Amino acid sequence: MTDQAYNFAYLDEQTKGMIRRAILKGLAVPGYQVPFASREMPMPYGWGTGGVQVTAACLTPEDTLKVIDQGADDTTNAVSIRKFFQRTAGVAVTEATTEASIIQTRHRIPETTLSAGQILVYQVPIPEPLRFLEPRETETRKMHELEEYGLMQVKLYEDIARHGQIATAYAYPVRVEGRYVMDPSPIPKFDNPKLSGSAAIQLFGAGREQRIYALPPYSDVVSLDFDDHPFTASKAAHDCALCGASDSYLDEVITDDAGGRMFVCSDTDFCGGRRAGGHLGALGVAGAL
Amino acid sequence: MYVAVKGGERAIENAHAWLAEERRGDPGIAEMSIAQIRAQLALAVNRVMAEGSLYDPDLAALAIKQARGDLIEAVFLIRAYRTTLPRLGSSCPIETAQMAVIRRISATYKDLPGGQVLGPTFDYTHRLLDFKLAAEGEMPPPPAPTAPASCEDVPHVTAMLNRDGMIQTELRGTATPPDLTRTPMELPANRALRLQAITRGDEGFILSMAYSTQRGYGRTHAFVGELRIGTVAVAMEIAELGFAVDIGAIEVTECETVNQFTGSKTEPPQFTRGYGLVFGQTERKAIAMSLVDRALRWRELGEDFVGAPAQDEEFVLMHADNVQATGFLEHIKLPHYVDFQAELELVRRLRAEALATQEAAE
Repeated sequence: MTDQAYNFAYLDEQTKGMIRRAILKGLAVPGYQVPFASREMPMPYGWGTGGVQVTAACLTPEDTLKVIDQGADDTTNAVSIRKFFQRTAGVAVTEATTEASIIQTRHRIPETTLSAGQILVYQVPIPEPLRFLEPRETETRKMHELEEYGLMQVKLYEDIARHGQIATAYAYPVRVEGRYVMDPSPIPKFDNPKLSGSAAIQLFGAGREQRIYALPPYSDVVSLDFDDHPFTASKAAHDCALCGASDSYLDEVITDDAGGRMFVCSDTDFCGGRRAGGHLGALGVAGAL
Repeated sequence: MYVAVKGGERAIENAHAWLAEERRGDPGIAEMSIAQIRAQLALAVNRVMAEGSLYDPDLAALAIKQARGDLIEAVFLIRAYRTTLPRLGSSCPIETAQMAVIRRISATYKDLPGGQVLGPTFDYTHRLLDFKLAAEGEMPPPPAPTAPASCEDVPHVTAMLNRDGMIQTELRGTATPPDLTRTPMELPANRALRLQAITRGDEGFILSMAYSTQRGYGRTHAFVGELRIGTVAVAMEIAELGFAVDIGAIEVTECETVNQFTGSKTEPPQFTRGYGLVFGQTERKAIAMSLVDRALRWRELGEDFVGAPAQDEEFVLMHADNVQATGFLEHIKLPHYVDFQAELELVRRLRAEALATQEAAE
């Protein structure tokens, strides 16, 4: 059921055209933040207005959409965004990563490797990787123009000097195709290796900050590090309590007020799929998704 | 056995139902009509129109009702509606010198052409709660005395000052001003864009920025040359006709400040201007806007940047919008389990290493 009062996928066609031009420019210059005339959406800034606009500009009636927040399809905001597109575009939706042609995400990259023809749309709060080193946009744009990324290297070095390691656990900065330093959105650094060489198109939308950037398929994406302090993708040192996976990113769930906790996959589709396939963790129950 | 929390969809639906019930409140109390809000909460309606950038009192009243009186939420509702409207064209600049004023005061001259008109102002009310208003069945107040309508134009104070060259001349531009809702904000911004951002900016933010200049953070010595509130005609050039036609009228508040300026190498001493123009009767905002506008003009007027927040264009323009600010502020209540988990692991690891080093040292 679509809402007839609005255009397909809510945005008018001129706006979609404007966003598509920004996306194409982003794909042509991987990692470069393209300014775009972000619209005021019927959900608040910070709830994924950038991602929603990018998804709206990419959606066709034949698409199958998946929306995740924190890796899960059933988080309230993922439910809300999925419903928005069901209502305004009437597209098919799915929770299965492999069945989706467009996946909108907040803070995670699905565990299942994406394939050619899929589009992954990230919701981005602060697109500027240099923002917390230099608050002025007028300055940071200049720094990107001049490839002046020394400040970032100094920051990472100071982390090592103070803590013995780089103390950035999410939104870990990357360099794209040897040129632009890019914020991969607040994904855990565990997900960073999946950014590189992906067969899918990766699009990043920041609504409030009016920026779109992109990674074309098979882009070379390197997490910033030093030769003697190489990047490591880290996660909790446990297996998923439900499906037993040892290689997926885990949420920590507090189970009582006496220090009891368990670790479960943050990617609900991945975890459910494994359990359906007969993999069981310490607390998992066959068939219970 | 553990079952992960599900049911986000049902929770959302139930929350909406509860919200609707709370919005209506006690059904034993009469419902408020849009007309009542529009007529009796007119200043709230004005604020929502100004910051929502949409001149439609009925929609603003509806938004206030729907938002349960949360004005920023109401502004947001108006903005989200406004963005879907087609742009049919641009109006001609309004002529505020031809305003039908309900209020017009100058702080710089005791009397002047067009006169001082106090109008419906709180200025000299004593702020004593009027308990008569709390009684049911209030009788309408007796009509206020009226003066015969004057047909003469009310010239701008700054235009009179400018006759002697005492105040800098504002050049009349012919360029179409940029539209910050259709093109991304790029800095540095020109003055038209700055004024656009400030007039729809949050009243509280603009007020505090203006106040900070008065207390010494980028002082510009403002006199209210003139503050006027009234109705102006809106005209639009109709291509098929080849001339402009009045298509309606809007109420606006305009403030022009006269600011001290000592002159520079190229300019003889001369007063300078700050400008504020806001939809509706919104004089606090209009005065604040003119002070912030003036503070932001330091570069153009050859003044020093003293590091005051109100002089800092990027700081002011990037943080004035309350729909953006409230969205980003409140989004931190959304789930951040994944990021928090990443930080948790990092801090655990750092602590373990620090403790190990400590033990080794002992």
